[in-house]
Amino acid sequence: MPEKKTFRITHNRKWCKDCGICVAVCPKKVYEIDRSDRHAIVNPQNCIGCRMCVEHCPDFALTVEEAKNE
Amino acid sequence: MRLDLLRSERLPNIWCPGCGNGIVLRALLEAIDQLQLDPDNVVLVSGIGCSSRAPAYTAFDNVHSLHGRAIPVATGIKLANPDLTVIVVTGDGDSSAIGGNHLIHAARRDVDITVVVFNNYNYGMTGGQASPLTPTSSITTTTPNGMLDRPFDLVKLAAGAGATYVARSGIYFAKHLVDHLKKAIAHDGFSLVDAVAQCPTYFGRFNRKGSAGQMVTSQKDWMVLKSVAEKKTPEELAGKVIIGEFVNIERHAPVSAAAPKEQA
Repeated sequence: MPEKKTFRITHNRKWCKDCGICVAVCPKKVYEIDRSDRHAIVNPQNCIGCRMCVEHCPDFALTVEEAKNE
Repeated sequence: MRLDLLRSERLPNIWCPGCGNGIVLRALLEAIDQLQLDPDNVVLVSGIGCSSRAPAYTAFDNVHSLHGRAIPVATGIKLANPDLTVIVVTGDGDSSAIGGNHLIHAARRDVDITVVVFNNYNYGMTGGQASPLTPTSSITTTTPNGMLDRPFDLVKLAAGAGATYVARSGIYFAKHLVDHLKKAIAHDGFSLVDAVAQCPTYFGRFNRKGSAGQMVTSQKDWMVLKSVAEKKTPEELAGKVIIGEFVNIERHAPVSAAAPKEQA
């Protein structure tokens, strides 16, 4: 059985404006706008690497790379 | 998208949280990257408006021109150096109201430039006034009881004026948008892409469209692919916006070929 791919999400705090588009487009609920209205990565292990958040981030704040675990 | 196509020292951008302009800009940079264009041979020209701030965040040479006058500046750049890839970044008001005449005549002349319209259905920079693309009965600062007039269909306008490539896409369909931007930039002749974005600060708030995230994901409810729309009745398509490629024809023959000079 092929090993499950894992992805590393990097978030640029300085560019992010906490708009919540990544929360709306993510199919796996990886992100959340927390109680202080700030962007938070809550379930990074659920990421399937579809890059919907990367394509829809207006502030270029997110990148998703496949993690190489060797 | 390569992050080195951005001027990182200029970011974060000035747009409001949740503005769609950044998503269109990313798609445009992605298209330029996928076409493997030399960044030194790409020129971005913009007018005035929220969208027209976009070229300043890119590493390409750019001109931030007058309101509505981006297309004449781009025409001049293309005439001076036809080897350059000239892309006009403009908003819905900038292209259809103040620059409406320039748009139709550039399409008529079939100048080899690409116009990318960041369409957020209002004038965002000055406080959410109605533009010629604002849908009927929408509330804006200048139409507090609802827009009375019908909007332009920018796709039909450009096609009627003689553009040889016209497409429309929405930011929710990011790959669709990148594909059509790629085709438009590679197209020989006047090409226009109407990229429908959202303005959560004004248009979305006045018309109760919800948060920026809801405005982005709701595009899949009110947008229909052209291939799907062809099978539907006009009643089913009421209130929907059709996306896809509308015109893709050969460039008109140059005048010099049609009327050769008389032999001396």
